Amino acid sequence: MGSWYWWTLLGMALVTYIPRAFPLTFLEGKELPPVISGVLRNIPYAVLGALIFPAILYVQEGNLLFGFIGTITAFALAFLFSNVMVVVLGTIGVLAVYSLL
Amino acid sequence: MYIYYSLISLNQKPLGVRYSIIKLICFLGGEILTNNSFVQGLKAGTSIAIGYFPVALTFGLLAKTSGLSIMEATAMSIFVYAGAAQYISLTLISKGVDPILIVLNTFVVNIRHFLMTAALNEKMQSDKKWLKGMYAFGITDESFSVLATQKQDKIRTPFAFGVVLIAYLSWVIFTAIGHVIGANLPAFLLAAMSIALYAMFVGLLVPSMRGNRKVVMLALIAAIINGIFYWTQLLSTGWSILVATLASSIFIEIIYARKKNVRNSKQSEGSLS
Repeated sequence: MGSWYWWTLLGMALVTYIPRAFPLTFLEGKELPPVISGVLRNIPYAVLGALIFPAILYVQEGNLLFGFIGTITAFALAFLFSNVMVVVLGTIGVLAVYSLL
Repeated sequence: MYIYYSLISLNQKPLGVRYSIIKLICFLGGEILTNNSFVQGLKAGTSIAIGYFPVALTFGLLAKTSGLSIMEATAMSIFVYAGAAQYISLTLISKGVDPILIVLNTFVVNIRHFLMTAALNEKMQSDKKWLKGMYAFGITDESFSVLATQKQDKIRTPFAFGVVLIAYLSWVIFTAIGHVIGANLPAFLLAAMSIALYAMFVGLLVPSMRGNRKVVMLALIAAIINGIFYWTQLLSTGWSILVATLASSIFIEIIYARKKNVRNSKQSEGSLS
């Protein structure tokens, strides 16, 4: 890769950093209209839904069953134990056993 | 006897100093381990670090096969630090796409972080701008999810640094290792670990869903909209997540605002009659 790579990297770094930093540094303390702050409060749960589905089904390309078993396991573990680490390690464990079989 | 005394006098002072240093270390150690929010942040971020392990390892390997040196690959993880955008850029780089398009694409894929940091604003302890600007660099889908679902009212700055730092280190270190040794783990383990981040999202979401219909609806509607965009290929992944999240959040907000209005007007009618 030539020097263009480093210029590309600089551009990528900037356009990634600015949306991350802008609201936290410049919008702090500004009173937002209640409608907007209500919508913002909803975002964590909505974003989790969109991040999980449908990508969780496609973690192994061409193997839908793998993603499906992972989904069921993760939800079952999350309902039984509210500990994130248990859910993560447990799901990895179940899928490891499944791919060994 | 003389030797004995000289030994004591030799040891006394250093021993005292040493003792107080040990005392200080014990105090700091205890403080750090028990109620230091930085360490609590590190702990909360551990599941992200585990989830990043296979993704970063694979990124390092793919970067190598795309012709990037270890310096170039690791530098991307150090300075850009965005999983999906980094993967996509590898494909674009190996296809010889115009750098401007690569940067634009990165922007489009990562614009959703704007929404996330805007949503975090209210939850974070107010602090100096440069401090917030520093940990803002580490806000990813994963660190956002961990921070936003914390039970406490205000998240302290050291806690945010803890969460962000352990995830970042995992991402950078395993990118470099992936480049050096490749994905040299047994295939079954790498395959199983590819679920880690999604399992973490589920583990963060489900406890909040319990007994809270609003949270269930928010997640469900966003998931359905995102699924529609995915299967119809109407939008690319970055935009799709952004639009689905916004649409669901706005829709639910309108419905709940209306419900509240109906309840309020019923109450006022009741009090009138």
